[in-house]
Amino acid sequence: MPRTIIEKLWDSHVVHQQPGAPSLLFIDLHLVHEVTSPQAFDELRERGLKVRRPDLTIATADHSIPTTDRSLPIVDPIAAKQLAQLETNCSEFGLRCLGIHSDRQGIVHVIGPELGLTQPGMTVTCGDSHTATHGAFGALAFGIGTSEVGHVLATQCLLQRPSKTFQVKVDGTLKNGVTAKDIILALIAKIGVGGGTGSVFEYTGSAIRSLGMEERMTVCNMSIEGGARAGLVAPDDATYQYLAGRPHAPQGSAWDAAIARWKQLPTDEGAAYDRSVSIDADALEPMITYGTNPGMGMPITSALPEPAAVADPIARDSIAKALKYMGLEGGKPLLGHPVDVVFIGSCTNSRISDLRTAAGLLKGRKVNPKVRVMVVPGSQEVKRLAIAEGLPEIFRAAGCDWREPGCSMCIAMNGDQLAPGQYSVSTSNRNFEGRQGKGGRTFLASPLTAAASALTGVVTDVRTLL
Amino acid sequence: MKPFTNFESRLVPLPINNIDTDQIIPARFLKTTSKLGLDRQLFNDWRYDAEGNPNPDFILNQPRAQGAQVLLAGDNFGCGSSREHAPWALTQFGFRAVISTSFADIFKQNSLKNSLLPIAVPADVHEELFAAVAAHPAATVKVDLARQTLTTPSGREVVFPIDSFSKHCLLKGVDELGYILNQEPAIAAYEAAHPAPIRTL
Repeated sequence: MPRTIIEKLWDSHVVHQQPGAPSLLFIDLHLVHEVTSPQAFDELRERGLKVRRPDLTIATADHSIPTTDRSLPIVDPIAAKQLAQLETNCSEFGLRCLGIHSDRQGIVHVIGPELGLTQPGMTVTCGDSHTATHGAFGALAFGIGTSEVGHVLATQCLLQRPSKTFQVKVDGTLKNGVTAKDIILALIAKIGVGGGTGSVFEYTGSAIRSLGMEERMTVCNMSIEGGARAGLVAPDDATYQYLAGRPHAPQGSAWDAAIARWKQLPTDEGAAYDRSVSIDADALEPMITYGTNPGMGMPITSALPEPAAVADPIARDSIAKALKYMGLEGGKPLLGHPVDVVFIGSCTNSRISDLRTAAGLLKGRKVNPKVRVMVVPGSQEVKRLAIAEGLPEIFRAAGCDWREPGCSMCIAMNGDQLAPGQYSVSTSNRNFEGRQGKGGRTFLASPLTAAASALTGVVTDVRTLL
Repeated sequence: MKPFTNFESRLVPLPINNIDTDQIIPARFLKTTSKLGLDRQLFNDWRYDAEGNPNPDFILNQPRAQGAQVLLAGDNFGCGSSREHAPWALTQFGFRAVISTSFADIFKQNSLKNSLLPIAVPADVHEELFAAVAAHPAATVKVDLARQTLTTPSGREVVFPIDSFSKHCLLKGVDELGYILNQEPAIAAYEAAHPAPIRTL
């Protein structure tokens, strides 16, 4: 029977199936960071357990880490303790840790692919909901809680039930100024933040095929914001070209064997999905969110929704509450709304291609002096590439703050945050109340829209600057 | 884990859709390396003002919330971040069940591992519960996990879904890690047949 790539990935990782119980699934790669792992290591200690497969486990520090000069001590004692605890845990359990002083440190979902750890056909987990990022390589990658982090550390397995298969078909050609970020924001606006609950997305179609690997990562990254625990793209030549020669990717005859294996992964002709949705890439415009969840998004030229037009009372109150929090009025445009901060970074948009895109627009221009612009590369490797291309000079000359790698103001755990009431245009993935700092207000958008808004000081349609 | 037992409780209504785990517990409280002491930070930014004083309008600060064990929330509860701190904070406050029309996948799994029962009900039952608690704040529901029933304040018995494995684990207080560790021979056999795809440096 023809199968989707999602079903192939599932079938090839079932270790054991007891009637009436969930499947026991093998995990090929486990990524660990400082925030969701300490209590899992404690659990192992209490039970006298070891990490079963240190060779399939790798840790880094990203969430709590300052993005200021790394030679300075960490100001926040609680963050310092958490970062030290990660190093201690990794050393005690024999795990490789790309910690604060490693030249490979970075956001966990940036370093997995760049090191060649993430490969087609794998199962990948991490105690982080944006683990779906790794699906860009044709891997089944999903976020887990701390209890499950403990399960994977101790057994390299998880108890799981199969998800529904959900095809997201994006055909056509993106217009100038429209990017991968706009595809995923358009999908979430269409299906809502709960639209993919219980499902794994497979992104298909000509527009997806024409995306580079980093753009595919941007799309897969935000699958969770559409409710899907995972989202993936079947591997193709772009995938193999990206991986060739990466440190942990197979080499020599093992590489040839891997390619032969990976070519079996794409969805079979005639395989059926539980659900499908289509997006017309030709019709897409730059997208932006206006509310307090990623589903509250719209084309940047649209007017804000009117709560009164919503029939369901709780849904109406939810939109009204969101607009009130955001200090916005239904029916008005968002274009031209003042911006205090622009954040270019996060596991969604902090890779070299994102920085190149933003720098391309900012080169030779000055950002509006009222706007604080933070550019945070996703990893030490991204930082090195950017330096080699002269990007930090472009950002600094434009008036941006060029920082050290980490999650930074996407999650605002490390001191990088909005003040109450401030507005940001952010290339990150969540606009929840307080996500970028208590009382802060976030508009999610692409690196192009973020850079355009940095230049003008207001929410701006980048197409007017191209 | 302690076995999950039947109980009767008042409801704490929170009629907001898509309550994300950043609201349940904001990220800045995730720098802790412990599971404990999170109850004070439950719904922190809705619960306290800028000076850290309780916001009297927020339901968790009202007498009716004290001792209540069931949170009644809008659709798609627990979306967003995978932080297990969310069910830790909810259970430490005293909640044993959350009722919604649907739950985000990761939150649901995290809850089941912490004896917090996610009860998904159809829209009409959801509406009935919000109406009942609006009319009578002290109205109670009964939760019977073995029978998978929720009894509404009007006495209507509603069957809720839960997979048989999770139900068994909750009722017996079994933790999943113990179960997985018992599958050692199957794991070893799988590993022997599947060499690691990652090239070790």
